[in-house]
Amino acid sequence: MTAPARTQRLHRFERSAMSGVLVREIVNFSSYWRSATFSSTVEPTIYLLAFGFGFGSLVSKVGGYKYVEFVGTGTVATAVLFSSAFPAMFGTFVKYQFQRTYDAILAAPVDTEELVTAEALWIATRAGVYGCVPMIVAMFFGLEPRWEMFVVPLIAWLAGFGWGCFGIMVAGFAKSIENFSYIVSAVLTPLFLVAGTFFPLNKLPKWAQVLGEVNPLHHCVQLVRDSAFGVLGWVDLLRVGALMLFGVLIWRLAIFAMQRKLID
Amino acid sequence: MGELAIDLRGVVKRYGAITAVDGLDVQVTAGTCVGLLGPNGAGKSTTMRMLTGQTIADEGELDVLGFKMPGESKQARAQLGVTPQLDNLDVTLTVEQNLLVFTYLYRVPRKERKAAIARGLALARLEDRRDTRVDKLSGGMRRRLLIARALVHRPRLVLLDEPTVGLDPQIRQELWALIDLLRSEGTTILMSTHYIEEAQRLADTVLIMSHGKAVASGAPADLVAEHAGSEVLEVYGGPSRLAEVEQEAQAKGLSTRRTGTSVAVLGTTDGFDGDRRPANLEDVFVLLTGEEIG
Repeated sequence: MTAPARTQRLHRFERSAMSGVLVREIVNFSSYWRSATFSSTVEPTIYLLAFGFGFGSLVSKVGGYKYVEFVGTGTVATAVLFSSAFPAMFGTFVKYQFQRTYDAILAAPVDTEELVTAEALWIATRAGVYGCVPMIVAMFFGLEPRWEMFVVPLIAWLAGFGWGCFGIMVAGFAKSIENFSYIVSAVLTPLFLVAGTFFPLNKLPKWAQVLGEVNPLHHCVQLVRDSAFGVLGWVDLLRVGALMLFGVLIWRLAIFAMQRKLID
Repeated sequence: MGELAIDLRGVVKRYGAITAVDGLDVQVTAGTCVGLLGPNGAGKSTTMRMLTGQTIADEGELDVLGFKMPGESKQARAQLGVTPQLDNLDVTLTVEQNLLVFTYLYRVPRKERKAAIARGLALARLEDRRDTRVDKLSGGMRRRLLIARALVHRPRLVLLDEPTVGLDPQIRQELWALIDLLRSEGTTILMSTHYIEEAQRLADTVLIMSHGKAVASGAPADLVAEHAGSEVLEVYGGPSRLAEVEQEAQAKGLSTRRTGTSVAVLGTTDGFDGDRRPANLEDVFVLLTGEEIG
């Protein structure tokens, strides 16, 4: 018995493996982009309009900005969350549990690490695009365009990567799809409300402010606002660092969770 | 014997208190078709998953296409084609898009992609359905696509996990023709099945599994000759008569098996009144696994 001829040695994190997963997502996206775009853009826009005009009639200015502009920039983070954490959670669960897509992908020369990374990159890219929608809508209500706004898609991408990984991780650890309601109620909703999207955190009690500083969504809100209002400063570098740390940490945890789920 | 495409030695896989695979040895010679035959729960699917590194063995050595599992599983997977038991096609995509995605996952070079998709469509006989969404296909078409999808990169080894389970007899025969075509092209095939006829028709070698172990292996005809002899006597009668026949046969040291309305006495055609028939693989299977087949 002789060993068969070997092909080149394969490595970790190969571009061809990840592009295979990405191509699958992109081809699939062509079949459901309408509904994905609808839910990712309409929902934050409704928040923007409801709060912007609802509260805007009571409070005209917050932190020196028109309230509709304050909310318009803040809901970028909402759009990022809605287009990353949620689709990642449900999409991942459906793909391994119901469609068994991941069984097919892992039977190909793709490892769990590459699969999770490619899925997160794809979700981050969608979040980068969809995240900008509320800001663009706010422009119709008087938000001044600025050059600095071009970094907003990058911020949305970075935050979207972390939240995408978060969704994959939750799906990886979840025993059933019902478990998601715990995460949505106990984690996502509080973080979403205490992010500085609808009201500034600096008037809140100290503990809420501290909580805000460990909330990645809050860093996203602040970064977007500082870019859109042209007041970026050194502290924003720390915020970028915080988002990167969040992304890397949750990315590894998502890989761990999925590895446990997919390989027995 | 030629080179081995699959070589499993002493493989064990436990899930808690359950031992799904219990010291399994499997050798598949390159260019042959091996049928993994066994009742439900015999460990066939677990074995299939270990060959792609999706299940990690607790003990034993696994070589697939010369690569050590699970360490080198990615290299092995690059040259493997897998058809799962449960359909996992992308149902909202078209036939062609499903094949396209797999040309990327299996790294078919850009210049060869179009030809690979055309070949897949021809193999699945779905040329005129290339733009049809998968959820609009019939069960047989989906299964043909599932097999064709596993072949876009011209794998050296194909794993078919229960390729015809749950399909109509007519569609099953259609798929047999497809698998036979692959076989004639020299592709190595490992196929798990619990349909005796499927194994008998397609496999060069049959490996009978029971409770996670290989209980017999060989060419179907050899297995029959070795374990069931050439002829079997089928004795009909009421339940009490059948019980008597069983006792008498066992007293003579003969093996029997119940087939619902009759008792088959193996190894002799003397001493009882009944119909003679040639022994078959089903006799061997039931004799060795102690289980009836659905």
